[in-house]
Amino acid sequence: MGPLIVHDIISSNTNLLLAFFIGIGFGFVLEQSGFSSSRKLAGMFYGYDTTVLKVFFTAAIVAMTGLLFFSLFGWIDLDMVYVNPTYLTSAIAGGVIMGAGFILGGFCPGTSFCAAAIGKIDAFVFIGGLFIGIFIFTEGYPLWEGFHNAGFMGSPRVSEMTGLSQGVFALLLILAAFGMFWVGEWAERKFAGNYRY
Amino acid sequence: MRNKYLNPYIGGVLLGLVLLAANFVSGRGLGATGALKDTIATGVKAVAPSHYHNAAYYSENYAMRTEQPMNSWLVYQVLGLITGGFLSGIIAGRIKLTTERPSWVSSRRRYFFALAGGILFGYGSQIGRGCTSGSALSGMAVLSFGGFVTMMAIFGTAFALAWFFRRNWI
Repeated sequence: MGPLIVHDIISSNTNLLLAFFIGIGFGFVLEQSGFSSSRKLAGMFYGYDTTVLKVFFTAAIVAMTGLLFFSLFGWIDLDMVYVNPTYLTSAIAGGVIMGAGFILGGFCPGTSFCAAAIGKIDAFVFIGGLFIGIFIFTEGYPLWEGFHNAGFMGSPRVSEMTGLSQGVFALLLILAAFGMFWVGEWAERKFAGNYRY
Repeated sequence: MRNKYLNPYIGGVLLGLVLLAANFVSGRGLGATGALKDTIATGVKAVAPSHYHNAAYYSENYAMRTEQPMNSWLVYQVLGLITGGFLSGIIAGRIKLTTERPSWVSSRRRYFFALAGGILFGYGSQIGRGCTSGSALSGMAVLSFGGFVTMMAIFGTAFALAWFFRRNWI
């Protein structure tokens, strides 16, 4: 049955319309969870607010578990779901640069749109920076094309890399997430004093 | 419940369901920076069409498309993202033109770091093929190895650098 677009159950225009509604859900939940606040997001890295960890990992394990059950029930063909390809070099380097951007800017791109939507001027500035950064990448592409394409490994799933079945890996990830939630709750009590006005 | 944030675990479950819906409907995850890249490609196409057809990145990734660069899934999704954030802000009474910063950080300093962070995040997201939502979150949901690697690199680096930039936040 799913993905609906792949199996021509919906037209490509309907797919774009649904993208808009999915986006509304995305933005609404992010804003309701407090992701429109850079100080709340940055709290992750100073321990006083670990909302990012809780929302992010809860979402990941819910979506992952949902996909596995959908597949089990025959509701979705997982081979038709896009799996991000792995280019090991650029996955690490890009992540490192993004991590630096996160601690400097206090947003990631999705959250900066949310924050701008409720009037945060610093988020507009961050988005301006995003445009500049992406433009530098596209204009200077020949300079880092080789680097960008290095370390290509196909589109492996972690479960394949570790030799575990998807279900067993998912269970381990859920247990790891619960462990991290416990650490997050502990950190919020210990580092609550880090938040000053 | 004005101004109160949602319980993070409930927020996480709802976000997970949105991500699941994206995969079920469209066979793909959520994203953000891709829409900005499409916007840039549209701008370049309008302002400098010959450059658009000749420069390596646009010619390899956009020029062969019959659709306009902005007629893309992620552009519509990001328009929704902004709309959803705005609706939530109205309901919660959080719409306000303001610069969020600790009292000891000047607005100028906040803007400087926001701009620098944005440039780094924008550039890094293209090197790494997707940002926190597109690569890390959506990648993890489909158990993409690259998604896990990028997620660990983003959060690991931010933790490692937190001490150096602590005066901006705590």
